[in-house]
Amino acid sequence: MATQHARSAARVMMAPAVILLLGWMLVPLTMTLWFSFTRYLPMRGDSIERGLDWVGFENYVRFIGSSSFWPSVQATLLIVGGVLVITVILGVLLAILLDQPFWGQGIVRILVIAPFFVMPTVSALVWKNMMMDPVNGMLAHLWRFLGMTPVSWLSDASVQSIILIVSWQWLPFATLILLTAIQSLDREQLEAAEMDGAPVMARFWHIVLPHLGRAITIVVLIQTIFLLSIFAEIFVTTGGSFGTRTLTYLIFQRVVDSQNIGLGSAGGVYAIILANIVAIFLMRIVGKNLDR
Amino acid sequence: MGRITLDKVRKAFGDVEVIPPLDLTIEDGEFVVFVGPSGCGKSTLLRLIAGLEDVSDGQIRIDGKDATAVPPAKRGLAMVFQSYALYPHMSVRKNIAFPLRMAGLDKAEQDRRVAAAAEVLNLTDYLDRRPGQLSGGQRQRVAIGRAIVREPAAFLFDEPLSNLDAALRVGMRLEISELHKRLKTTMIYVTHDQVEAMTMADKIVVLRAGHIEQVGSPLDLYRAPRNLFVAGFIGSPKMNLIGGAVAAGHDATTIGIRPEHISVSAEAGDWKGIVGLSEHLGSDTFFHVTCEGIDGPLTVRVGGEVALDYGQTVWLSPDPAQIHRFDQNGLRIA
Amino acid sequence: MARAVTTRRKIATTVLAWAIGLLIFFPIFWTILTSFKTEAQAINNPPLFWGFDFTLENYAVVQERSDYMRFLWNSVIIAGGSTILGILVAVPAAWSMAFVPSRRTKDILLWMLSTKMLPAVGVLYPISLIFVEFNLLDTRGGLILVLMLINLPIIVWMLYTYFREIPAEILEAARMDGATLKAEILYVLTPMAIPGIASTLLLNFILAWNEAFWTLNLTAASAAPLTAFIASYSSPEGLFFAKLSAASTMAIAPILILGWFSQKQLVRGLTFGAVK
Repeated sequence: MATQHARSAARVMMAPAVILLLGWMLVPLTMTLWFSFTRYLPMRGDSIERGLDWVGFENYVRFIGSSSFWPSVQATLLIVGGVLVITVILGVLLAILLDQPFWGQGIVRILVIAPFFVMPTVSALVWKNMMMDPVNGMLAHLWRFLGMTPVSWLSDASVQSIILIVSWQWLPFATLILLTAIQSLDREQLEAAEMDGAPVMARFWHIVLPHLGRAITIVVLIQTIFLLSIFAEIFVTTGGSFGTRTLTYLIFQRVVDSQNIGLGSAGGVYAIILANIVAIFLMRIVGKNLDR
Repeated sequence: MGRITLDKVRKAFGDVEVIPPLDLTIEDGEFVVFVGPSGCGKSTLLRLIAGLEDVSDGQIRIDGKDATAVPPAKRGLAMVFQSYALYPHMSVRKNIAFPLRMAGLDKAEQDRRVAAAAEVLNLTDYLDRRPGQLSGGQRQRVAIGRAIVREPAAFLFDEPLSNLDAALRVGMRLEISELHKRLKTTMIYVTHDQVEAMTMADKIVVLRAGHIEQVGSPLDLYRAPRNLFVAGFIGSPKMNLIGGAVAAGHDATTIGIRPEHISVSAEAGDWKGIVGLSEHLGSDTFFHVTCEGIDGPLTVRVGGEVALDYGQTVWLSPDPAQIHRFDQNGLRIA
Repeated sequence: MARAVTTRRKIATTVLAWAIGLLIFFPIFWTILTSFKTEAQAINNPPLFWGFDFTLENYAVVQERSDYMRFLWNSVIIAGGSTILGILVAVPAAWSMAFVPSRRTKDILLWMLSTKMLPAVGVLYPISLIFVEFNLLDTRGGLILVLMLINLPIIVWMLYTYFREIPAEILEAARMDGATLKAEILYVLTPMAIPGIASTLLLNFILAWNEAFWTLNLTAASAAPLTAFIASYSSPEGLFFAKLSAASTMAIAPILILGWFSQKQLVRGLTFGAVK
């Protein structure tokens, strides 16, 4: 359809975006990859100008071999998995609820979506102090009201607390996407099932849930990518202690706190590989959608 | 003026040749319909004339001047699209005035011509609405209005009625024909609906796989289809095509007989058969009759209300003067 | 067709939905409420929902002690700058991919998306080095650049999905109507694309405003936006509930309001057009 002239113009117009992103991806990635094979301790005077010692896969082996590695993988899996389970299940239920007719739909929708727009540092601080403070937090008041001893949430139930905070932030996202998906469900399909004699639960299992399948997959994949790199929530609340040191946070500490760039970079490469595994599945779905 | 000549026009997308070299002349003031099944290249042909597609080879002349490399905006043609392609952010008035604004006409002249077009198309009361607030038929009229204000050399219509419901379609068909009678401007109209072709055209161009199968007036095509494809495509219900021994009896590979050229008798006739389904339209009745020695049921058209029972035995007789004969290549035997 | 729902069921749904909505909103509500209390009342036991002395003092104190306006201004500049810069780069790219698609368009789009998946922590040190090298550390310019780059894939994608919805026939109609390329872009394409561009601007402004990895790691004093300002409250000496609440309220209020306008675009933007 397009003429030759239009094609070359298109290439020129695409160039800035492509070049910028290519640079953004390749330059730091190459550097990380390079550092990961070297001994690079700036505190001891290592620097690029003086040349870095090549150490092969030593950093990769040491990163996995360190005593903090497996706990960090465990923390990551717990937090990501916990948040996914909570947001998807509650998200489906909430989406179905919000899809029903009731008074004040618009306002309730706004209330439910609001947490997504709260910046991560604020939501972490608000939860840490206003909600979870063992003396003055709302939960402590509630516990005392119910005759129980208030809990030091962020030290005694640290992982659960982080899961709660992050779920609160991401539940709106899941709900909103699932609600959009539910609204695209053909009402006649449900009515046909009703005519076929399917009760409410059967309609949910056989029609609503399969219809939501794709949206749920997308929620899971996108959230996984974002959740794998949650940072501010941990930085502000526990600072990685009490078993909340995720892979991302461990790498951050290796790079920033202990200034072991080689080791941190090896960890970074692991994180990049992990993110890419998830990304491949997401891209496949998105790509299919493009062909439409 | 609007005489359009296609001279060995060819179109290929990459390696795929959609339109093999083709010659066609459209006379000034003619209403020409391109008809054919979907994918036959009729829309591509129209877009080549419009200039929305580049011609791979050959030449397009408008009023004798080579227009092959002229951009669409400069060809002086107007087009009505299948989706109407109205500008959603402009009022009806602005939509219709858009080509005039592009041509740099002064405001008073724009208003005058828009008012005149709106008058003709019954859009005067809707001039300040947005396309989104109009019904399908009204949108269609706006698209036509946008085309007529600039007084083009020719109008191009790309399946303009396919998004309308049946009743509206009949009405718009008449309106477009009426418009042609009044403006006497060349119109090229693309459709897959042979009824539209038959009712509107001065000249029909039947296309298949980019080839022109036959060009002629509606009645020429009805009376003397050049080949089996045209025979089957033009006319409703479709012509009955019969092969085998019956055709051989007429010195042909295939013979064709239209449903309206077969008479039915309960007592005697040429072909004995059993009545299947009947379709009662009130004005006509169609019978599907399975005959001995003939593959597949034959469709028979009888005027008025006639009742035959399902399973009843009848005799059919074709009008000998109306039998079309085709050879082994599917071409008409004169 | 929708059927009439019994009033009883509607009441039950209303009660349940409001209860859940208020529960989810509660932390935000509580923060806003606390910001108007005195420090003593903020930690009163039992907590005070009403009957406290309404005061704006906390807001004044926050501004006075920490120069809140400077952080706010940094946030506006960084989020606004990165979004506008991103749009300027993305509009031509998205336009050409939507209207002059080639065989590689899909691959380019997916590749752009894949750069968004790059874990930030994996490239933290290289970026810091580059920032030091080019004197970008703790500058608004540096952050504008980084945030523009991390949001560029989303901007391109959103614009692409919006542009693709503009039917090609309309542009062809304009051509048939005698419009030159300039007129086509000016009178037909731009007016039709503006809603999409506006939504893209809005969502990406929000995303940039809330970004909290690079803003925390690449700023110190002078270019720190609100994310970093709030994080500084996590140190124990800064801990006063009412003031923390006032600072938090100021940091989230503008974006909450913008966010409510962008609900629909949020879904499209964050799912890369896969859910609409």
